[in-house]
Amino acid sequence: MKILLPLFAVVALVVIAFVGVQANLQAFFGIVIPYAAVAIFIIGFIVRVFRWGSSPVPFRIPTTAGQMKSFAPWIKQNKIDNPSSRLGVFARMALEVLVFRSLFRNTKTELHDGPKLVYGSEKFLWLAGLAFHWSFLIIFVRHFRFFMQDVPTVIQIMESLDSFLQIGAPLLYLTDVVLVGAVTFLFLRRVVMPQIKFISLPADYFPLFLILGIALSGILMRYFTKVHIVGVKELVMGLLSFSPVIPAGIGSVFYIHLFLVSALLIYFPLSKLMHMGGVFLSPTRNMANNSREVRHINPWNYPVHVHTYQEYEDEFREKMKKAGLPVEKE
Amino acid sequence: MSIEQFLSEQKDTILTKWFDLVLDTYPPDTAVFLKKQDNPFANPVGHTIREGMGHVLDELVRETPSGQIGVFLDNIIRIRAVQDLTPERALSFIFSLKEVVREALRTASHQPLPYDELLAFESRVDRLALLSFDIFVQCREKLYDIKANELRKMTFRLLQRVNDMDEDQEKKPDPAG
Amino acid sequence: MAKVTTPKPAELVTSIDLKPSAQQWMDIPTEIKPGTFCWGAKAKNLNIVEFPNARDWNPSEEDWKLPENWQEIFLTGMKNLLDKYRSFKVFMDICVRCGACADKCHFFIGSGDPKNMPVLRAELLRSVYRRYFTTSGKMLGKTAGARDLTIDVLKELWYYFYQCTECRRCSLFCPYGIDTAEITIMGRELMNQLGLNTDWISGPVANCYMKGNHLGLEPHAIMNSIEGMIDDIETITGIRINPSFNRKGAEILFVTPSGDLFADPGTFTCMGYLMLFHELGLDYTWSTYASEGGNFGFFTSNEMAKRLNSKIYAEAKRLGVKYIIGGECGHMWRVLTQYMDTWNGPADFLEVPVSPITGTRFDTSRSTKMIHITEFTADLIKNGKLKLDPSRNDDLIVTYHDSCNTSRGMGLLDEPRYIIRNVCNHFHEMPENTIREQTFCCGSGTGLNASENMELRMRGGFPRANAVKFVKDRHGVNMLANICAIDRATLSASMDYWVPGVRVTGVHEMVANALIMKGEKERETNLRGEPLPGKEGN
Repeated sequence: MKILLPLFAVVALVVIAFVGVQANLQAFFGIVIPYAAVAIFIIGFIVRVFRWGSSPVPFRIPTTAGQMKSFAPWIKQNKIDNPSSRLGVFARMALEVLVFRSLFRNTKTELHDGPKLVYGSEKFLWLAGLAFHWSFLIIFVRHFRFFMQDVPTVIQIMESLDSFLQIGAPLLYLTDVVLVGAVTFLFLRRVVMPQIKFISLPADYFPLFLILGIALSGILMRYFTKVHIVGVKELVMGLLSFSPVIPAGIGSVFYIHLFLVSALLIYFPLSKLMHMGGVFLSPTRNMANNSREVRHINPWNYPVHVHTYQEYEDEFREKMKKAGLPVEKE
Repeated sequence: MSIEQFLSEQKDTILTKWFDLVLDTYPPDTAVFLKKQDNPFANPVGHTIREGMGHVLDELVRETPSGQIGVFLDNIIRIRAVQDLTPERALSFIFSLKEVVREALRTASHQPLPYDELLAFESRVDRLALLSFDIFVQCREKLYDIKANELRKMTFRLLQRVNDMDEDQEKKPDPAG
Repeated sequence: MAKVTTPKPAELVTSIDLKPSAQQWMDIPTEIKPGTFCWGAKAKNLNIVEFPNARDWNPSEEDWKLPENWQEIFLTGMKNLLDKYRSFKVFMDICVRCGACADKCHFFIGSGDPKNMPVLRAELLRSVYRRYFTTSGKMLGKTAGARDLTIDVLKELWYYFYQCTECRRCSLFCPYGIDTAEITIMGRELMNQLGLNTDWISGPVANCYMKGNHLGLEPHAIMNSIEGMIDDIETITGIRINPSFNRKGAEILFVTPSGDLFADPGTFTCMGYLMLFHELGLDYTWSTYASEGGNFGFFTSNEMAKRLNSKIYAEAKRLGVKYIIGGECGHMWRVLTQYMDTWNGPADFLEVPVSPITGTRFDTSRSTKMIHITEFTADLIKNGKLKLDPSRNDDLIVTYHDSCNTSRGMGLLDEPRYIIRNVCNHFHEMPENTIREQTFCCGSGTGLNASENMELRMRGGFPRANAVKFVKDRHGVNMLANICAIDRATLSASMDYWVPGVRVTGVHEMVANALIMKGEKERETNLRGEPLPGKEGN
């Protein structure tokens, strides 16, 4: 159920877009929805980040993952995993965000039963996660050819690298393959590994199906059904210049693709996908471990009721005197 | 072919089936973890149990037992004694071995089962079960020992001080050592 | 008709109710099992520290005697915490349930209970968060992974938040740094508002508040206890040590967990401090008021932790010392590193610590003005200020257990190792994914070191014990060194059960054994009264 429900939801989205286009609602699906989606995405994203930001960080709580900066120069600090400076934090965050360092951390052990695979499934998770996020990013950037009148050289180079295998016509993009493969792996993981299946929610399957839908509709357009590409660019450029047009002859696959992308944009700020923003705000990662050197201020620090020395001495004065302990009041 | 030979040849299959039956005593989500992860430090429970069972099986078919079987059993039972299992369930794995072996013999040959040998083998498994019972009880007793010890350690110094008021007496032995 | 059939063993096994795996975790009810939980807090202890909803209660009974409006208290409390802690808010929102943390928890590894997977432990609370604090959860309910806060849910939360030792090992592997310790801290804070403490935690908290230390040792009892150690030291070394208490004008205040004052083998570590400081002629004092380094308040609420911690700076100020040295303890050092200065600082009445022996300035502690004893001692050794005879520890084959808090909440990894390598001749590390920042918890931290939950402790302690067993089998290791008072107590129990033959020691016990003191007689025994290597015949 928790798998089927999100699957049906994505299928329903596809059907809605398809039926809509058949009913000549191109303007709705090509203009209204995309504008609304982008607006919701941007506003939603900002609101979410702002809401996180509105809660303070009362304590300096980095997870220290290596030797701290020692008083002694002869003890070597792990400047990245236990950073004490901004530069160190920057490096730690960069490694975290760009190459998913924590997921990679799982170290190998030298001792195994028989000649078995030396790396555990965690490395696969790391690899699939990396492949997924990076190919998604590259595909996203590649799409800028639709957003700009003249295609920048950077994007042309990226495209040629991405298709260096020179397979098929139009040339096959590696990232398309990698993305579909990685998403499929991430999905299968949630089905096949009972532990992961056990912890998974519909909210874990839905984005996977949605992204898979986006990828497949995109692939369908590029390699198989061939949409009216000039028309597509005209539509996108129209949207970007706030003078939207609906060119004739764009296939319905395009509208499905666009609708799914819009759905993703709307869903994004409401969901766990916000980890994209949240990772930057994670206090266990983005803080330097320097709280012994520099006092961290808690904005809501308030005075508390303590048991003072005077109260203590009042209670134990006789016993203290008898034991020969100095007292403040005789 | 003697049953011992048979068991030696079929050891891997039998061990796998036996291990599966043991895992059945855990909730399914737990079982998969115990089964899949073979890193002895990331999954010490699964690893120790499986390794212990392999050794137990080796001992059973060995002509001259090394006398180590208690140690191997101990490794397994020590874990199961703190895992929320009733004694019945904690020790049922011993009896599962009989079933696994019978099943293996049945599928391996169409000839009638070597009853005498099988019975002898099963008697050895029964003795194993009795031994396991001892170990299980020892483990549980140890737990209560530890509880009592912790309390003793908390008060030992106090008692020592009280006793030391009466000077010059011999040092008391350390309960930790 | 009574027909007797003998069931096959497998049938016997399967006849025991096995939970179908198709169930979702929310549908699997939690049973509060003996051996796994600690007794409920007593009203008298909660009243001492003015905690709300104080009452005597028993977790194994159906009725927890909750206040009428417990849901409101819980949810208001949760809202409050979400507004106060960005960590909590972010961690409630961004988990993608990738499962990287799942098999990193010692309790999950040792018990296999799926709700002990860090991700699920957090989801227990997240599901409540979604239901009351997110739009999707309010609208979609279970489909969005949300659930009502029922009495059973509350009990489940309590049960599992007291099965987490806040060791942060999961947080190390999380791609977003989600820290279950942080979530457990919040969860326990909420429980605390409902009076759902445990006796093992609230007792020490009340003691510490009134008497200055967890054990409730009154001033004369502390002196008496140390007195006993001094007698032992004299017997062993022929040297009479004369430490001072509550002395104004001393240069240094020394604070250590009170566990070291009372229970073996912590007492031997304490003897180590005494001998080292005496040998150096250090101008330092003990305090009976700030006689606790540890902080069980940290396992109840942020406010309580601060209230207990305040004594350290207050006493340093009253006595007019220059700076503070802290003894070997785990969570104590997480609190001192990441919380103390923020709570009760700035300690501008103290000076940046400078070792009077070597002149080394401890700049990395220039704000807290408190240094770890292993920093202090490592510096002494490096500068050749100690005469050491490591061969006195030749009967020991040592391995070292990093405490969770000093590794993942501080990063003190190489200082103690440097000392160990200088005071003993046989040292072997455990496998790399069980030490340093990846160290396994002893299984009994955060106030779970009671005796009624011994089964839980043994399960949680198994991953650590297993790694010890590995070095015992491979190198003959017989001594497990550490720098934590709770470790010294709990690892002793864990070793006793899992790896008999391995004993537990603090680092400064080994230092003191190796330390050649001026004017000492020829030592026949170590601090435990056992013959030194080569003196067995005497």
